[in-house]
Amino acid sequence: MSDTLFMYPEYEVVRDYDKCIACRVCERQCANEVHSYDPDLKKMLADSTKCVNCHRCVCLCPTHALKIVKSDDTYKINGNWNNQTINEVYRQAGTGGVLLSSMGTPKPYPVYWDKMLVNASQVTNPSIDPLREPMETAVYLGKKNAKIERDEKGKLKDTLPPQLKLSVPVMFSAMSYGSISYNAHESLARAAEELGIYYNTGEGGLHKDFYKYGKNTIVQVASGRFGVFKDYLETAAAIEIKMGQGAKPGIGGHLPGSKITDAVSTTRMIPKGVDAISPAPHHDIYSIEDLRQLVYSLKEATGYKKPVIVKIAAVHNCAAIASGIARSGADIIAIDGFRGGTGAAPTRIRDNVGIPIELALASVDTRLREEGIRDNVSIVAAGSVRSAADLVKAIALGADACYIGTAALLSLGCHLCRSCHQGKCNWGIATQVPELVKRLNPEVGYKRLVNLVTAWKHELQEMMGGMGINSVEALRGNRLMLRGIGLTEKELSVLGIRHAGE
Amino acid sequence: MLLEGQQRIPSGCAISGVIDRSGKGMSGDVMIRSISVMHDRSNGLGGGFAGYGIYPDYRDFYAFHLFYDDTFAKTNTEEYLGRHFEIAYASEIQTRKIPEITDEPLIYRYFVSPLSRKLESSHLDEAEYVVRCVNKINTYINGAYVFSSGKNMGIFKAVGFPEDVGRFYRLDEYSGYSWTCHGRYPTNTPGWWGGAHPFGLLDFSIVHNGEISSYDANRRYIEMFGYKCNLQTDTEVITYIFDYLVRRKKLTLEEAAHVVAPSFWSTISRKGAAEQEQETLLRKMFSSLLVTGPFSVILGYTGGLMALGDRLKLRSTVVAEKGDKAYIASEESAIRVIEPELDKVWAPAGGEPVIFELYGGRK
Repeated sequence: MSDTLFMYPEYEVVRDYDKCIACRVCERQCANEVHSYDPDLKKMLADSTKCVNCHRCVCLCPTHALKIVKSDDTYKINGNWNNQTINEVYRQAGTGGVLLSSMGTPKPYPVYWDKMLVNASQVTNPSIDPLREPMETAVYLGKKNAKIERDEKGKLKDTLPPQLKLSVPVMFSAMSYGSISYNAHESLARAAEELGIYYNTGEGGLHKDFYKYGKNTIVQVASGRFGVFKDYLETAAAIEIKMGQGAKPGIGGHLPGSKITDAVSTTRMIPKGVDAISPAPHHDIYSIEDLRQLVYSLKEATGYKKPVIVKIAAVHNCAAIASGIARSGADIIAIDGFRGGTGAAPTRIRDNVGIPIELALASVDTRLREEGIRDNVSIVAAGSVRSAADLVKAIALGADACYIGTAALLSLGCHLCRSCHQGKCNWGIATQVPELVKRLNPEVGYKRLVNLVTAWKHELQEMMGGMGINSVEALRGNRLMLRGIGLTEKELSVLGIRHAGE
Repeated sequence: MLLEGQQRIPSGCAISGVIDRSGKGMSGDVMIRSISVMHDRSNGLGGGFAGYGIYPDYRDFYAFHLFYDDTFAKTNTEEYLGRHFEIAYASEIQTRKIPEITDEPLIYRYFVSPLSRKLESSHLDEAEYVVRCVNKINTYINGAYVFSSGKNMGIFKAVGFPEDVGRFYRLDEYSGYSWTCHGRYPTNTPGWWGGAHPFGLLDFSIVHNGEISSYDANRRYIEMFGYKCNLQTDTEVITYIFDYLVRRKKLTLEEAAHVVAPSFWSTISRKGAAEQEQETLLRKMFSSLLVTGPFSVILGYTGGLMALGDRLKLRSTVVAEKGDKAYIASEESAIRVIEPELDKVWAPAGGEPVIFELYGGRK
């Protein structure tokens, strides 16, 4: 037996030869080289084994001659050993390697957003019409536990630590330059500026061209410290310490060497072409008191003018961890659920480590309130916020705002083929290949991001209005607005909500 | 059926208030006449009154009004009170038996002052000491409920129409410089007397008409600071919000009003720089105490009344002045019935606090 076994592809390219005009667009568009033209047969061919199902060819075929279907090839049906599980064993037996994946886990874990229903007002109090009445979506993130102090005239002094103002409680999640392209970053930065929100550099440093978007930029300091230096910190509106990521709790970032081009290497301050694997922990943070030192180091370095965010992965004891962070000097805690995306992660970790954001968010918010320290920090929820409805539910559970990553990428054209780590993204997002990057036009990309967030804002306003709430601040932590559907007593108690009908 | 406090009961209501800013006393009868005009805004499932300046002889003592389900609760409570307070005077509250009011609990009144030794060892200020004792009784002594705990003021409430409640408590025999009252229209009720309004904490009393949509956001926030929303009513949480902002955070009433019913961001942006700065700061500091949904409240306190409505003005409020007297009510008719000729009548804007105080200001 050879090292590699042939495995029938999971998806097949189906071409309607009645429609195909052999224009070869599909061939030019596919970086995976699935399509080819056979001059003898005078027809297009497809090698489905190379297909990642990114739908680029389907979307660009001028005659709509292409579709991708789930293959019906199967091993003998087995409830325990399904095709994918078997194939993974074959693959590892052939290579001896760790399996890599991208984006959030595709496993059918419960999605609690879909098991919560939202309230509306009637009779005893009116719903509010957002088309005719003000409907406020602005929020300020940061510590609220300031002392009341007055000047000699009796006026209140602004004793609040630095705050981030968001026109709508949505921000773009950390996605590094390197994992995603220059054009993707430009789209995110420009959209954040136009929307009055923030995007996050991830741990890839900040390209010098994007310093001008600094007031809408959150810069990340992660365990690899890539790209961190004075100007980087000073340019930003806020600084995020990445302690963990929902898609891969317990390990650091992975950037395959193939994505580390000259520009990425310069921005990250690391060698070109070599895998950039961040350390699993921060080697200067082995405990909570060490985190406090980093929080204050960053504050010292930036004159206490910028909020510091600590981002953690949603894991079993995240409520206790959050309680420690809320006392560490951090201004904001970002919690990243295990369905959150990634540019590259070991499959086993992505699919098995961590907990859903809904449960983590609810338990963190409850814990901080029980301890009377909810005002010490704002909470940002992340890790698969897919729609305005998820956003509404997250806020009602207790989030001040949400990070969106996958939804933002989808609006740029991503089709969730989960192959980012291969660096050949046909949509110009998760790649550094110049011919592919230029497919994403930032002029179009930023407008699509603006459209998405604007649409969500309208939906948020509609749903708030229905509840009779005209400021998003009055929705935050308002769990009476939620009811569970099909949940156990234990799930309801963790979420802190009642069941539908109660 | 669950009791009040075990579930959340929305209700519509009528409210009315009057103050004589010269400090002259008025019989409680004036409020009874005012509220009776708004009979249809209540449904007989709760009514109540708050009077200020009604206990001049005991003005330095906290006047505790209590409902007891039975003598057992009374014995336990009196034992607790004895351990924490000097009791200057205790008696049953005199009532008039009328057919409209039934199933009354035991209703007692105590004029008390914290035991100085206990107060000292508690390391609390006097007000906080009293608040905690009241919370202890209400939370831990089964069948006992303190429904009024301020100095030189008192709350009187029951299940019934408010005008009947007023007659039941013989309020025509009390004289106070200000009064508020409340008629309740709950959508369902177990008929518990403690669930009627006004709701009081120390000398703050609140009567409220509305159903706030921000309830759980407000409740979960305020409970961080030692308050326990046992009744699950809007009135209770609004009272705690004002107590927190005014007594504990030392905000002025106007500042507290800007927290509870702030101007919209768009309105704030059109104001002068100084106002903009202060109102923005208040919204940033206390964003979880913003109250949305319909409400109109009258906050009673020693020396004054404040009317405040939600910022969309989803509940009616009318205020008026005649000489030294000032009036606040859900409907103008409730004012006209007690003072047909008014100097000035107006409807305050949503979120605009209207404050009437004794000449010489708040006491």
